[in-house]
Amino acid sequence: MKKFILFVFAGILASSVFAQEVPQVQIKDLNGKTVNTTTITQNDGKPVLVSFFATWCKPCVKELTAFSDEYADWAEETGVKIVAISTDNARSSSSVAPFVNARGWEFDVYLDTNGDFKRAMNVGNVPHTFLLDGNGKIVWQHTSYLEGDEEHTFEIIQKVATGQPIK
Amino acid sequence: MRKVITLILGLTSLGVFSLYSQQNNGGQVSGNFQSDVQYYIEDPEIGAVAVDEFVLVNSWANFAYSQGNFSAGFRYEGYMNSLMGYPNQGGINDGIGIPVKWAMFTNDNLEITVGNYYEQFGNGLIFRSYEEKTLGVDNAMMGFRVKYTIAPGVYLKGVIGKQRQYWDYGPGLVRGIDGEIQFNDLIKKFSESNFRFSLGGSFVSKYHQEDHPFYFLPNNVGASAGRINLAYKGININSEYAYKINDPSADNGNIYKPGQALLINTTYSTKGLGIVLGTKWVDNMSFRSDRNASLTDLNINLMPEISKNHTYTLPAFYPYASQPNGEWGAKANVFYKIPKKSLLGGKYGTTISLYYSRVHDIDRSPVNDTTPLMAAGTLGYQTNFFSIGDEMFYQDMTIEISKKWNKKFYTSMSYVKLFYNYEVLRGQTGHENVDANIGIFDMTYKIKRGVAIRTEFQGLFTQQDEGNWGLGLIELTIPRWFFTVFDNWNYGNLDPDERPHYLNFSFGFVNGGNRIQLTYGKQREGVMCVGGVCRNVPASNGIALSISSTF
Repeated sequence: MKKFILFVFAGILASSVFAQEVPQVQIKDLNGKTVNTTTITQNDGKPVLVSFFATWCKPCVKELTAFSDEYADWAEETGVKIVAISTDNARSSSSVAPFVNARGWEFDVYLDTNGDFKRAMNVGNVPHTFLLDGNGKIVWQHTSYLEGDEEHTFEIIQKVATGQPIK
Repeated sequence: MRKVITLILGLTSLGVFSLYSQQNNGGQVSGNFQSDVQYYIEDPEIGAVAVDEFVLVNSWANFAYSQGNFSAGFRYEGYMNSLMGYPNQGGINDGIGIPVKWAMFTNDNLEITVGNYYEQFGNGLIFRSYEEKTLGVDNAMMGFRVKYTIAPGVYLKGVIGKQRQYWDYGPGLVRGIDGEIQFNDLIKKFSESNFRFSLGGSFVSKYHQEDHPFYFLPNNVGASAGRINLAYKGININSEYAYKINDPSADNGNIYKPGQALLINTTYSTKGLGIVLGTKWVDNMSFRSDRNASLTDLNINLMPEISKNHTYTLPAFYPYASQPNGEWGAKANVFYKIPKKSLLGGKYGTTISLYYSRVHDIDRSPVNDTTPLMAAGTLGYQTNFFSIGDEMFYQDMTIEISKKWNKKFYTSMSYVKLFYNYEVLRGQTGHENVDANIGIFDMTYKIKRGVAIRTEFQGLFTQQDEGNWGLGLIELTIPRWFFTVFDNWNYGNLDPDERPHYLNFSFGFVNGGNRIQLTYGKQREGVMCVGGVCRNVPASNGIALSISSTF
C-alpha cells in the first residue's frame, strides 16, 4: 500500500509544474457580494500581492499597516495591487469593514469566513503573503511578519514588475 | 476495508489525471506541512508532568493536485503520540494515516466535491464544518457536496455526509441545503445601486438512530435558518435567525425543548471611523450528529462568540467560550483614527479601538408547577424570546491606543477590564468568579533596516483565582531571524509558596514559506482559544520545536 501511494505521488510530482496559479474559490467582499478569487487577483499584467490576515492577529495588522503606509508609492512605481484576505470567522467577520476603514487601508479587502481560500492556498498560519506576477502565477510567498519585512517584499515586487529573476 | 478501497479509488484517480496531465503540459501540485514536537520535563512547581514517550509529535501535510477544472488532494496526519492537551481520551487521536481525501471538479456553474470537505451556511448557526488544527478540532464532512450558481447572484449548495471524529466518522448522517440571493447581481437595474440587499436560507437535518431505555428520541432532527444582509453606503446590517426542533442530548440534559438563535450585527464605517453594534441570543442550540458526544466532537453548528478575541498573554488567561445551551450577549466596538498632522494624531495618526461586550445567561422558568426546572424527559424550561437572565457570564471592556511616533518608534497601549464567570465557563462549581484589570504596554524600536527590538510589559491585577501576574518580554528581530525571551510571573498569588516564574526562550527562522521555531521554557496551565474554540492546555515544561512549510 505504501509503495502504491509513493508511486502515485511520484507520478504526480514528475508530471506537474510548481508555478502555481490562484485556485478558483468563492469568497465575499465587505458588502457581502460573492466574488471569485481568480477575478479579484487580476491586475492588467501587473503584480498582485495577496495577504492573508485576521483582525485579532497583531503581526498581520502591523504588516498591513506597513503596506498601507507605502502603498501609494509602491503602486505608482510598480503598478502592484494589494489584496487583503481576512480569515476572521463569524465572531469578528462583521467587524472587518469598520476595522479596515477606520485605519484608512486603501487596498481591497475580502472575507474568507470559513477559510476556503486559505485552505486552497495551503496557508497554515497568518500572516501569509503571496506575490503573483503579471500572468497570475504565484512567484513568491512569505509567512509571518518580522519588523522591516515590507522592505524586502517591495524589492521582490520591483524585480517581478520589471521581469527580473527573484533569486 | 472500505477505507482502503476509498483510498485506492482516490489515488488512482490522481494517478490517471497525472498521466493525463503529462500529455497536457502538467497540472499543479501544492501543499503544506507542519510538525509540532514537544519534549516534556517534569516540574512539580507548576504541575507539569513528563510523559512516558519523552517526546510527543503532531504532524500533518496537505497535498493537492489541480489541473483545469479538476483538483484532488489528501492530508497525511500523524499523532505520535498526541501532544498533551489535545482531545485524545483513551488515545483515540493517536495514530498515523490519511484521514482526509477529496476530489473536486467544476463544470460551468456547477462545482462537485466528493470525499472530505468543509462548509459553512450563513454565520454557522446551523451548519459549520471546519478545522482548527492547533486545537485538534476537525469536523470535516465525508460525503458529497454540490454548489451551483443558478444565475448571477443566486447560489445554491447541497451537502450530505458523515462528520469526522478523530480517525473515524460519527454515527449520524448530516444533510443540508443552503440558498442565497444577492439581488444587486440578479437584477441588472440594481447592479450599480448604493443599496445592496441579499437573502439567504438553509435547512439542515441529522439522522441518528438510537434506542434509548427511557426516552423516545427523534431519529431525524431538522434545523432551519434565514438571513438577511442590507448595505447602504457605510452602513451594513446582517442578521440571522435559526430554529431547531427538539433534540434531547447529553449537552442539554435530554430535554425536549426546541432551540432557537438570533444574531444581529450592524456596522457603520467611513474613512477614519468604524462602529460595530451586535447582539446575539441563543436558546438550546447545541447540535451534534451524535447526541451523546461532548467537548469538540461532532458539532454540526458553531455559535460565534460576541466578545473580543484577546491575543496578548494575560487577558487570554480568561477567554470566553460560547454557551450553546443558552446565552444573551451584546457588543459595541469603535475604531477611530485621529487624523495625521493633528495635535493628538502626530505625523502618522493615532489609532484608538474601544471594545465592550457583555454576556448573560438567558432567563429560564419551569414548564409547570409540578415539573422541576431542566428535568430530563420534559421540555426542561420555558423562556421568552430574547430573554436576559440575571447571571452574568462575561464582561469585557478594552481600550487600545496605537501610535507610530516616528519612522523608528511604535507603541501600543491597552487597558482591559474583564469579568469571568469561572463556574460556568470552566465548569468548576465552587470556584470564585474573576474580576481582573489588565494593562499592556507594547513598544517597538527599529534600530536599523531589518533590525528591531520589541518589548512587552503586561500586568494582571485580581483578588481572585491566582492573584496578580506580571509579564515582561523582549524580542530581537534581524532579517529572517527572531529571538524572544519572556518571564511570566505569578508574583501576587495569594499563597506565597505558589509564585512561580514561567521563563521562556525561543528563536526562529523564517524564509519564504518556511518557518522553524525552537522554544525552551514553561507554559502555564490554561485555556487556549483560536478562531472561536477553546481547549484546556496543561502546564508544561520542556523544549518545543515547530516547523511549517507551504509550497
